[in-house]
Amino acid sequence: MGERVEPAARALPAEGRRRRRRRPVWPYVFALPTVAAIGLVFGYPLVMVVRDSFYAGSANFLVYVGTANYRNVVADPVFVTSLKNNLKLLATVPVMTVLALAIALFLNSRIRGWRAYRAIVFFPYILPATAIGLAFSYLLQRNGTLNTLLRDVGLGGIAPDWLGSAHVVMFSIGGVIVWQQLGFGVVVFTAALLSLPPEVSEAARIDGARWWQLQRHVLIPQIRRTIEFFVVIEAITVLSWVFNYVYVLTQAGPGFASSVLEYYIWNNGFQNGSIGVASTVAVILLGMASILIAVFFRLRGRQVQA
Amino acid sequence: MRTRVAAAVSRQAFLLLVCVGSLYPIWFMVSTALKHNQDYVLDPTGFPSHATFHNVWVALHDLPVPHWLLNSVIVTVSSVAIATLIAMLGAYAIVFGEFVGRELLLKVNVVLMVIPPVVLLVPMFVLMVDAGWINSLRSVIVFYCGLLIPFSVFFLVNFFRTVPGELVEAAVVDGASPFRVLRLIVTPLSAAAIFTLMVVNAIYVWNELLIALVFLQDENKRTLMAGLTLFQGRYNTNQPLILAGAFVSILPVILLYLSGQRFFVRGLTAGIGK
Repeated sequence: MGERVEPAARALPAEGRRRRRRRPVWPYVFALPTVAAIGLVFGYPLVMVVRDSFYAGSANFLVYVGTANYRNVVADPVFVTSLKNNLKLLATVPVMTVLALAIALFLNSRIRGWRAYRAIVFFPYILPATAIGLAFSYLLQRNGTLNTLLRDVGLGGIAPDWLGSAHVVMFSIGGVIVWQQLGFGVVVFTAALLSLPPEVSEAARIDGARWWQLQRHVLIPQIRRTIEFFVVIEAITVLSWVFNYVYVLTQAGPGFASSVLEYYIWNNGFQNGSIGVASTVAVILLGMASILIAVFFRLRGRQVQA
Repeated sequence: MRTRVAAAVSRQAFLLLVCVGSLYPIWFMVSTALKHNQDYVLDPTGFPSHATFHNVWVALHDLPVPHWLLNSVIVTVSSVAIATLIAMLGAYAIVFGEFVGRELLLKVNVVLMVIPPVVLLVPMFVLMVDAGWINSLRSVIVFYCGLLIPFSVFFLVNFFRTVPGELVEAAVVDGASPFRVLRLIVTPLSAAAIFTLMVVNAIYVWNELLIALVFLQDENKRTLMAGLTLFQGRYNTNQPLILAGAFVSILPVILLYLSGQRFFVRGLTAGIGK
């Protein structure tokens, strides 16, 4: 953290500082728009969302109700389903991590065409989930492409209603999420692998390490921190950033079987107009995300020291 | 030797499979968008042998799609431009200035990078209702702008630190104002990084759905993403037309991706550290 002071000191020549005794004002002027913007879009809402979670009523007419919202929400089966679904989606994180890591390790072996492979696998990540979701909603219909394919190869018996069955729907949504997030992991991991000093792998190879031994005992341990970052970031993502998929693929259906906390907030706050309930769930979501954010900062802190 | 060849072949096969999996849904979207509805109904997965831009044409002329497109462009361009400008000033102050709370400001920005926007949604909505800005593009521009700033400041601070201090120092000795130094020295040196940032931010805004859905309820005021979800319900017997709309919505993203794939990779991995 010390290196930050240096350029600042350099930017202010000593003689200039002596001539004008008082400290320059311009940094405050420059920083003001940033402070104002984050104050308005983050500071104010973070305070208000906690306050509103203790109130009931519509936007114009709020009544203090203590912790009633929290008690009601916890007793609501749809909330419980939504929470469970977010937790189920956490299971996509190890899947995408292992897959992305395997792909990155293969690409890192300087396989022919690795740049093209990486560009292709990364491509889905940047596309709008809304548009992607529309395509998947038709691929995954009861008589959609995937099931036609399964029937053609004689697996019609296991062709489920991917988006219409309450037992299957979260697997389908999770699959779409893995499909889209995979490329991010591949890019992050290949970047980390590329930045490793080649000497260590060379030494291991000269010592006769086999390909898998080299990956397992030499390369993976060296990018462990990057893997941890990715896991935490993706955990935050599937906890709080999956509304698009659910909204386009299933509208939380069948029933509320595929509802998630974001959908619950949207549905209660903006379809039913219950600001208090929506705020309450937002606070609960923030609490869960905060745990992950704390982990994120522990990892960052350790990285800075290293 | 033979096992090494076998290993290389199986690796290639695995990667090819992954690529097919990555591209197939996109291919499905594009090929369906280029089919007549009758052809699609008969053979949903077949090659579009009678390819036609009819659906794209209809989608582009079907009101209010042109409004949605224009709204998305206005919202994306203005929020990215304003956020980049604000973040450049803030990052410049953090790197080259001295002020109380400098360290704190940077730390706060890093924390805010990972706050889920859905948490801020309800109070922002109430605020916009009070301001009478619901159904006005201003409401989402302000919100997006704020959401973009933490990552932008973090990204630019990291980059501005690589600008040689001597250059800045020399300009200051020559009596250049901080704004001149930022405009004439730091900005040209960081042009590639700023471009990267703007591209990543533009994609974020272009792709966003939830906020647009909540703040822009009037049909004509929707952004393209929020509009597409209306399309979905309205034309559910004409899937090629809906996917033509989806195709139109991903075209700008594809063009940006092809124009600067390297930039993307650098920009999107910046937050994660090495």
